[in-house]
Amino acid sequence: MIYEASATATVVFAIFVGAVLALSFYLGAAAKSAKGYFAAHGDIHWFVNGIAFAGDYLSAASFLGICGMIAFYGYDGFLYSIGYLAGWIVALFVVAEPLKRLGRFTFADALDARFGSRGIKLAAAVSTLVVSLFYLIPQMVGAGALIKPLLGFSHHVGVLLVGIVVILIVVTAGMVSTTWVQFIKGSMLIVFCTILAGLILARGLRTPAEGEGFAVRPVSSVTGAPGTHVLAEEGAWAGKPYVRMADEGSGRVAVWRKAGSDVSGNELLSEAQAVTVRAGQKLIDGLPQGKRKGEHDLRPVGHVAALPGGEAATGSLGPLDFLRTVGGSQIVLWGSEKIAEGDGSITTVYFQKPTAGRDVLLPGLSPTFKGLRDDGFTWAKVDFLSLMIALFCGTASLPHILIRYYTVSNQAAVRKSTVVGIASIGFFYILTLFLGLGAMTSGRLDLTDTNMSAPLLAEGFGKLLFAVISAIAFTTVLGTVSGLIMAASGAVAHDLMTSLLKMDLSDREKVRAGKIAAVVVGALAMVLGILFKEVNVTFLVGWAFNVAASANLPSLVMLLFWPKTTKQGITAAITVGMVSSLAWILLSAETYSKVYGWKPEASPMPFSQPGLVTIPLGFVVLVVVSLLTQRSEARA
Amino acid sequence: MAQDDDAEASTRSTPLGLRLFALYLALYAGYMGATVFAPRWMAGTVAGINLAIVYGLVLIVVALALALVYLTLLREGRSAR
Repeated sequence: MIYEASATATVVFAIFVGAVLALSFYLGAAAKSAKGYFAAHGDIHWFVNGIAFAGDYLSAASFLGICGMIAFYGYDGFLYSIGYLAGWIVALFVVAEPLKRLGRFTFADALDARFGSRGIKLAAAVSTLVVSLFYLIPQMVGAGALIKPLLGFSHHVGVLLVGIVVILIVVTAGMVSTTWVQFIKGSMLIVFCTILAGLILARGLRTPAEGEGFAVRPVSSVTGAPGTHVLAEEGAWAGKPYVRMADEGSGRVAVWRKAGSDVSGNELLSEAQAVTVRAGQKLIDGLPQGKRKGEHDLRPVGHVAALPGGEAATGSLGPLDFLRTVGGSQIVLWGSEKIAEGDGSITTVYFQKPTAGRDVLLPGLSPTFKGLRDDGFTWAKVDFLSLMIALFCGTASLPHILIRYYTVSNQAAVRKSTVVGIASIGFFYILTLFLGLGAMTSGRLDLTDTNMSAPLLAEGFGKLLFAVISAIAFTTVLGTVSGLIMAASGAVAHDLMTSLLKMDLSDREKVRAGKIAAVVVGALAMVLGILFKEVNVTFLVGWAFNVAASANLPSLVMLLFWPKTTKQGITAAITVGMVSSLAWILLSAETYSKVYGWKPEASPMPFSQPGLVTIPLGFVVLVVVSLLTQRSEARA
Repeated sequence: MAQDDDAEASTRSTPLGLRLFALYLALYAGYMGATVFAPRWMAGTVAGINLAIVYGLVLIVVALALALVYLTLLREGRSAR
């Protein structure tokens, strides 16, 4: 879809970004020492830190990705909400306090506290860098997705803009400003999403009025329309369930999909939309994409076909009534099919897929989890288990979450801020269910961009709300990205340079090294953000969790609870966990189809989420290597 | 001093934390198991809402409840001394 930039959006956006930058410069003056730069002097109040946890954690992926996934596939997006939150239980009960006891600035510090091994420092620093980069990709993709409708810039410009602003934030004031940015953004995100959810419930659900939405008509009324003719089912279209109607006046080719027959036996056709890419040009229903005369654009989608009891509109609903009503409705989701024609053009047909609401509210609708509800064994079930395990284990292994344990003064503050984090994050994830279902039935979805669902939903309630929600989402990206870049910069300056290479850096030099590292990591993230444009951001974050859990969790847990753990065991577990999960992801069907553009069937991996295999692998490697190296450890 | 208080609490926090963790792990495993092995049961409804949604919401609410229990028990343990 083509979006029109709005002046309101631009102004609101400029105010947000300006305020964030001003705050950074103001706080920058206070963060000259290494402890100030990397750990905000360790004196952030626990409540602020708790909301900042929410700010760090509720990234573009949580907000844009989950809403989009629920809007397009129902419950499958909510799976991420559940898993992301459950992971905090591991963080609070198992990892947080011991980690705070052991470390100073980074998680490598804590892992290495007992051993003083350069191998551990190196492995932990590299894994921090890899996980941070992986987590940065979806944030950058999210930024690109947002900037398009907001300011009318291209995806590239969006990514570059975020990159530059974030580097400014991080370089000026490090962890102090990052924490305050996270606090402000976390609070605003929760407040405005609550307002949005309230508006959705107040609006209730309705079926489209006459002339709105998408038609389902008897064949005769479609093919008999004056001034049109049916195109022959030739070439790649032969045998496909489509009827193509050429309009003799405009030249538009409307695609209809055969949709069974009605009660009296009349065959039906349902209105579809076609995107054709021919010789680098994008055509919508056979016309160049655009808003001017002689052009055509994709129409927004997402409507309720029938409400329970045949009502036309429900009026305002309570939260539980809303869920009940969705469950009893018939909702039009959209499927797609690619058709490659002889002249090298590729047409993607998007077609209506009426779906019972009770199916929407169960897992297994998205392509990834297709087969989850079948009897007997399916790979989708393994993929599901693997994802849920990775999300559960991943939170407590994310470097940008772990460093936040060093910004408060003591363990009691760690505990209290984690609980504040859980409360705000949990509340937000309950909201995502309503935001996603609200978007699904809003009639405003962009078929080609799941990540835009939440802002487009807000647009339905007015331009101002759209502008505010988009600006918050953008600040969300800024906040999370700055946290990640801080984690990466700490890994380079503190772990690699000072501890591993034994460079004798003064406090001031260490801060400067951290800043240079931040610039480099930021630049790298911008490039990756442009490369991974097409993929749903939540899916990408799911992978970052897989890598984090596989590389870091076995070492963290075993170090805390198994006295026989050796330094070689930790080094090996981090390395094997990181390499195996990365390799698995790069070879998975999803990466094949969405990143390389290859056939997904060619992928050697039976399912796409590696966690189920690679997390236990990390534990096994750690135990085996530790047992093998017991004696050398004792001698040393 | 706050620092000393904290050290005392932390010697007991691990076993309590692990017990609460085991409780939540069981609930979470139950959710994964039911989704994979009993999808039809998850499709059943409670008060008009299916179990998959109810169980999901319960997982979120219980996480917060356990976190609060943890905080309260540690605080009471400390003030009792």
